[in-house]
Amino acid sequence: MLASITIDHTPQVQYLLRIGDTCLILAQRIAEWSGHAPILEEDIAMSNMALDLIGQARAVLTHAGQLEGRGHDEDQLAFLRAEKDYRNATIAELPRGDFAFTVLRNAMLATWMKLLWERLRESSDAELAGIAGKAVKEARYHQQHAADWVVRLGDGTDESRRRAERALAELWLYQPELFEADAVDEAAEAEGLGPRWSELQAPWLAEMRTILAEATLPEPKEAAFRSTGRRGVHSEHMGYILAEMQHLQRSFPGGVW
Amino acid sequence: MSEAAVASRCEQAWQVLGEVLDPEVPALSVRDLGIVRDVLAHDDGLEIVLTPTYSGCPATEVIEHDVLAAIAAAGLGPARVTLRRAPAWTTDWISAEGRRKLSDYGIAPPGPAAPDGSVPIRFFGRRVDAVACPRCASSNTERLSAFGSTACKAMYRCLSCREPFEHFKPI
Repeated sequence: MLASITIDHTPQVQYLLRIGDTCLILAQRIAEWSGHAPILEEDIAMSNMALDLIGQARAVLTHAGQLEGRGHDEDQLAFLRAEKDYRNATIAELPRGDFAFTVLRNAMLATWMKLLWERLRESSDAELAGIAGKAVKEARYHQQHAADWVVRLGDGTDESRRRAERALAELWLYQPELFEADAVDEAAEAEGLGPRWSELQAPWLAEMRTILAEATLPEPKEAAFRSTGRRGVHSEHMGYILAEMQHLQRSFPGGVW
Repeated sequence: MSEAAVASRCEQAWQVLGEVLDPEVPALSVRDLGIVRDVLAHDDGLEIVLTPTYSGCPATEVIEHDVLAAIAAAGLGPARVTLRRAPAWTTDWISAEGRRKLSDYGIAPPGPAAPDGSVPIRFFGRRVDAVACPRCASSNTERLSAFGSTACKAMYRCLSCREPFEHFKPI
């Protein structure tokens, strides 16, 4: 097995890894629906959204590797990093659950990504701004699609509503992590790389409340629990997703088809 | 190389690029699609500047390969492809000729892309977008699926002629 690479965790690199890793890990989870979604149209939708997210992750990880300056490319960053060096928000790595859980998570994360990409278009880093200019259009479409489903399930049958409520209650525990302020955020703001994520909280809540109101789903109360994936401390689910994703490259280094 | 020779070489390259088809939507050339942003002549060869359509579009790498192969086959090499991300590609860059070809191919061409940031959260009904059927031109159509066989398309059907068709999404 190929050993893990070590990462130089400058604030800039961490800021980019948080974004790229959240896209990549969410893409892995969404892609699990390929061939398994409840209807063909959604099977296609999941695969297409996963592809967009992987494309965004590739661009951001490539750039993170360039900023790090140790010659790590997108593949090395994706396949040869240990769990503690992954910086995605925990919400992205939670198991895919049922379809209600998937569309609610997609709605929450697509809304968040859309707001983040909108701000990153103004980044002082021209490459990141360019990636954001493309990604924001994709995130917008993903948000519309997921929100449409949240409404259908929330304001649907007794069974779909029960599942939507259950999914929302669990997922809501993980949203505060998306907006917590820390030194990485401060550094990114100071040098114009990107916004503090805490600044996204108010617009995110406003858009989520619009979606939940339309879906007739009550907003859950905030709990004291805080997830910590952005700092490299992940849930028990993360190791399994990396094992599946990294196994081939670790076993057959540099393998291609 | 003289200025005239450089200009002629670039002009020939543009013509060649008009024959390189998008592997996913082979009705369109990469020029029709609007992804060729520049052709530059350097001392060490031509530089073809492309802007990718979707972040995860699997055709991007095939297109790079096909572009270089076509330039080489036309005797205009050496050449290299560079990607320019900003400004982001928009369906507004698809040429009028490209739109006609799409329609002939059975894909409803995209309407104008929404101005940046102007799309609110939107709840799609099936009948929200009045996309005209590429076969009978009726606008009595409905959307069946937000995503299609490629990232750039959605699936529709016409309620007048009863035929299903694809729509190139405006972005």
